[in-house]
Amino acid sequence: MAKPATKPKDDPSPAKAKSPPNLGDNSVSPDELKAHYRDMLLIRRFEERAGQLYGMGLIGGFCHLYIGQEAVVVGMQANVRDKDAVITSYRDHGHMLACGMDPKGVMAELTGRSGGYSKGKGGSMHMFSREKSFYGGHGIVGAQVPIGTGLAFAHKYNGDQNVSLTYFGDGSANQGQVYEAMNMAALWKLPVVYIIENNRYGMGTSVERASATTELYRHGEAFGIPGERVDGMDVLAVRAAGEKAIEHARSGQGPYILEMQTYRYRGHSMSDPAKYRTKEEVDKFRNERDPIEHIRKRLLDAKIIDEAGLKAIDTEIRKIVNDAAEFSQQSPEPDPSELWTDILVEA
Amino acid sequence: MSIQVLMPALSPTMTEGKLAKWHVKVGDEVKSGQVICEIETDKATMEVEAVDEGTVAKLLVDEGTEGVAVNTPICVLAGEGESAADAETPTPAAKAEASKETPKSEEKPKAEAAPAAPSVAAPASEPEWKGGTQHMTVREALREAMAAEMRADGSVFLMGEEVAQYQGAYKVSQGLLDEFGAKRVIDTPITEHGFAGLGVGAAFGGLKPIVEFMTFNFAMQAIDQIINSAAKTHYMSGGQMTCPIVFRGPNGAASRVAAQHSQCYASWYAHVPGLRVLAPWSAADAKGLLRAAIRDPNPVIFLENEILYGQSFDVPEDPDFVLPIGKAKIERAGKDITIVAFSIMVGKALQAAEELAKIGIDAEVINLRSLRPFDTETIVASVKKTNRLVSCEEGWAFAGIGAELSALMMEHAFDWLDAPVKRVTGLDVPLPYAANLEKMALPQSSHIVEAARAVCNR
Repeated sequence: MAKPATKPKDDPSPAKAKSPPNLGDNSVSPDELKAHYRDMLLIRRFEERAGQLYGMGLIGGFCHLYIGQEAVVVGMQANVRDKDAVITSYRDHGHMLACGMDPKGVMAELTGRSGGYSKGKGGSMHMFSREKSFYGGHGIVGAQVPIGTGLAFAHKYNGDQNVSLTYFGDGSANQGQVYEAMNMAALWKLPVVYIIENNRYGMGTSVERASATTELYRHGEAFGIPGERVDGMDVLAVRAAGEKAIEHARSGQGPYILEMQTYRYRGHSMSDPAKYRTKEEVDKFRNERDPIEHIRKRLLDAKIIDEAGLKAIDTEIRKIVNDAAEFSQQSPEPDPSELWTDILVEA
Repeated sequence: MSIQVLMPALSPTMTEGKLAKWHVKVGDEVKSGQVICEIETDKATMEVEAVDEGTVAKLLVDEGTEGVAVNTPICVLAGEGESAADAETPTPAAKAEASKETPKSEEKPKAEAAPAAPSVAAPASEPEWKGGTQHMTVREALREAMAAEMRADGSVFLMGEEVAQYQGAYKVSQGLLDEFGAKRVIDTPITEHGFAGLGVGAAFGGLKPIVEFMTFNFAMQAIDQIINSAAKTHYMSGGQMTCPIVFRGPNGAASRVAAQHSQCYASWYAHVPGLRVLAPWSAADAKGLLRAAIRDPNPVIFLENEILYGQSFDVPEDPDFVLPIGKAKIERAGKDITIVAFSIMVGKALQAAEELAKIGIDAEVINLRSLRPFDTETIVASVKKTNRLVSCEEGWAFAGIGAELSALMMEHAFDWLDAPVKRVTGLDVPLPYAANLEKMALPQSSHIVEAARAVCNR
């Protein structure tokens, strides 16, 4: 257990690609690869637009963008079944889109409108969709980890073979309740996969300055939970690791930890100038490790798609995001009567 | 179509900033995500990235300009297939227009007044329970309530420290493991924060957990999950998520266990919208309210009392016996003064009423049963009759239940009060260990007698 995932550093030569194209060691079809590209691009463009609307004063409060980390959630979600539970922190827009939630409803929640997923009462950090088995959107660092473990508990209790994908960041990884939850998950063999999105900084504090041991995938070793470190900038590496981890949980072997090595391009939240890292560091990731660019190149190299095809995807995404932005501004603010609704369920 | 780039707000409070530096010039091709300029706020200098693609047609604000208001157009991009010259005269772009449609705060005539809180219909009164009664301890009543609900609903389960194999630290759950098995009666590790959160997740996932805290003192470890996750999520999700969970266990002082194990948390939890808070006194309260709590679709805080566990009361034998949440009970009718109490203080208030009767003061004793919702109506009706009120609680006075009760009476019964409300509470000290000091610090029936006499000028 607890071995770093071995993955080839270099992509196989695409020149020899026949039909089906050689996509390396992962069993992924050309259509799936295109879908991953599209899904990541949707998150990227959605987040850029969210940043713009924030700049225009249409989105208030805290707004944490997922730009740079798209491969993590898209790769993981490629493996889920319909009723698998998904839960994450406040950096949640990408997860919602990857769960198939409507971009209009997500954007309208960001603008605090009645058409938002929480009718405008939750905002960026607090959105849910029972229909899509997305359980939030949690604003307290680490709180989603016991809750996600409880969702796994419910799945085991009901014997429905579903699992819980519980996402959290490197910052959460030092929270006490995370270890309390891991202990119970291992003790009771709960079907939960813990996905640590290690983007290197918990707000402005680097992992090295916050964690005594920085191999976060090993943080379940005390409880006997296997873990793997995964290249979180490569959607196919994520997908392959996720497949294995989810199978482990689903088959009754208990929890699994995946440490996704990823990077956020923007600040922690909109008001973070990110002075704790160098411009060179950010540029290096953007220019050399971008998850979307990586797949774009792969698609072209393997001749799965041409420039015109990419352009068509781009146009489709722009329309979705434009429609979402438009909806989020046209949807009315919640009716004042909503102030007093949803406090308690009336029995 | 040309696109106007607007001066962005870079923090929740920013209204203007300095355009410190342009990273692009007229004629440059701009891609999504490319840094186009730097903006200086009072807090920091931040880079602004382009969202749209296009060619820079015009820079509308010079580098170094200070005090540029948020949403001022700063640059024009020519769109695809459009020359920079075409875009020279900026037409108001769709996005800029859209932003104008959103009323800015200064354009709003006045802050919108919040609508009044809806009046909450008083719960139905407790029905008359036909048939016989059975004498049982509070402990047995709690156990019977859990067993009855677990028999009726397979999604109800009990978890907590020592609830299963040990048969309960205070033997409340004795026998439940035998009847329901280890799947539904679950011993947890000593990790309140973790298992409270796990319970919340199970409730989000459709189960109905009963989470036992060995005492509510330990629930302080878990209070973030109780309040931020259990109580607020229904509202924050616009009503999508529900959290049907009961957090139960002994609350308040036991006997000589000192400050860390003796606190009353009634006012802490009663403060929070989104929670129901119940505090039974008798075995009938315990059974009827706990059954109601388990059936309720909301998070419920169920505050028991260790000293009461062994006390016996009559409980209706009716298999459907359950009590309404939110309804206080008049335990003793009287005409001279109203004494309001909850949990263990109800017994002390009834003792005090007997003492007061000997000196000709006829006290009405109200058992609150529910602290949230709070049955103001029953208390006001009583005060209209007696014109005098004493509030009793074991917890501290400051910001306590009695403080809230006093404020409610000012709002709803001011004209009927013939004397100020008096509070009988625990003293404002961490509870001491020494037997004599502990006794001094906790409210006794003698204190209630004194308070009532003072309020009645007798």
